Amino acid sequence: MIKKCLKSFYIGLVLILLYAPILLLAVYSFNEVNTIGTWGSFSLVHYQKLFGDPVILEMIGNTVVLAIVAATLSTLLGTAGAIGIYYSRKTVKTLLGGASQIPVVNAEIVTALALAIAFVTVGLDKSYFTLVVGHMVICTPFVYLSVVPKLKQMDGSLYEAALDLGASPSKALFKVVLPQLIPGIISGFMLAVTLSLDDYIVTSYCKPSGFNTISTYVYNATLKGNAHTAETLSSFWALTTIIFVLIVAVVLVMNLTKKPDGRKRNET
Amino acid sequence: MRVRFTRKMLGIPYAVFLLCFVIIPMLIIVFYAFTDREMHFSFSNFAKFFSDPTKLSTIVYSLVIALITTAVCLAIAYPVAYILARSRMKRTYVLLLLFIMPMWINFVLRINAIRELLNWIGLLGEANYFNTIVGMVYDFLPFMILPLYTTLLKIDSSLYEASADLGGSSFTTFTRITVPLSMPGVVSGITMVFLPSMTNYVVSDMLGNSKVTVIGKFIETYFGTDWHMGSMIALVLLVVVFVSAALTGGFSPEDNVRGTNL
Repeated sequence: MIKKCLKSFYIGLVLILLYAPILLLAVYSFNEVNTIGTWGSFSLVHYQKLFGDPVILEMIGNTVVLAIVAATLSTLLGTAGAIGIYYSRKTVKTLLGGASQIPVVNAEIVTALALAIAFVTVGLDKSYFTLVVGHMVICTPFVYLSVVPKLKQMDGSLYEAALDLGASPSKALFKVVLPQLIPGIISGFMLAVTLSLDDYIVTSYCKPSGFNTISTYVYNATLKGNAHTAETLSSFWALTTIIFVLIVAVVLVMNLTKKPDGRKRNET
Repeated sequence: MRVRFTRKMLGIPYAVFLLCFVIIPMLIIVFYAFTDREMHFSFSNFAKFFSDPTKLSTIVYSLVIALITTAVCLAIAYPVAYILARSRMKRTYVLLLLFIMPMWINFVLRINAIRELLNWIGLLGEANYFNTIVGMVYDFLPFMILPLYTTLLKIDSSLYEASADLGGSSFTTFTRITVPLSMPGVVSGITMVFLPSMTNYVVSDMLGNSKVTVIGKFIETYFGTDWHMGSMIALVLLVVVFVSAALTGGFSPEDNVRGTNL
């Protein structure tokens, strides 16, 4: 009994530490003050600032659009790549499988530097294109690595059967192979979205000047103090709270709409 | 001539993409690392870097920060993963989700939240190394919990029973069964925490009051001034990464915190 209490206490303690910064911001986001530690009355002023600032709204939009664009392209490229490579010779498989690991295990700063230097070397100015490429470099290998296990689990004779029954190779691919890869493709896409939303280092090396995502904007705002810093920083409290509430909502919806057997999730 | 479609061809765009944006950039890095400003082959970057005492001391500091961060993460995460993996609760995964959910908040916003907290208790600007380590532990902890949890979950529970039946105390069971069998998770967690804590300069920039430099920051600084030097450091990091990846047998997406399905 004591042991069980100790366990719950420990888990609770770590969770409290993990959520303390987020909850602190959430509480203060509804307070009129600009510095944490002082206390004023309830107010939505930080939310008004957040939604009233076109620069902040633009960078939020940029972040979301970039994540969707990069994740979609990565998913197409990575899925096609996984299928193609799966049916290639063993040497091709080993080589490209190995190359896929590079951006995954590499330190982000190394990937970022290599890309930035390569862009300059071929005379490519930083633009939205280089930024999307940068994000695709981080995301695509994750899609590839999510789809490959599904290909391995698949029964290879199904494709042959489809061909025997008169389907064209492309039809067999779309109607027989692809549907079986859907779980891998979806988790690869989700992974790509979160990686893109989260990225700072590659973004800062590949983005055109004047373009900001949440990461680069917040990083610059915290490091460069100016007259508006306190104002800007407190609007981030509201932003953090909104993002957190969205995450909780998504997690809840996903779990409530799912069958109660949750054990399986850890085995994917 | 009409080219017949084969499944293999689907891999071509991906292969070209990897070649252009992953392999060639890495080769360019290698080229810059081994040349001097006149583009002549040279080892001078290595010599220059490793003979500068201030740089060496920064590297040592950075390594120490990374070691402490990794050790603290392991110390906090192991009991968490162990308790969760052995819990008989039906909805343990809800608890696991609670540990992972903060990861879905934007990384920089998360560090900003820690920054506000440290500012509130008066530590910001006072204890730069401490703050940096706190931020890193906070940020990388779930990267340690998840691989530990997945390996601990895979341990056959009849092994615990067998150990108890054969007279092993719970301590013996833990040291002789649990720890050895969880080693793959430990190794994978360590690599996933150690590398970013050496290279991710966002945390040290935002929490270290510009007083803490991690190895990754060198690259950032050299990008503006000396590509040869920057590439050399990048190359060293690259080699470190590949040696550790070879030792731990590569990476699987299931170990990535963000890879956990909702």
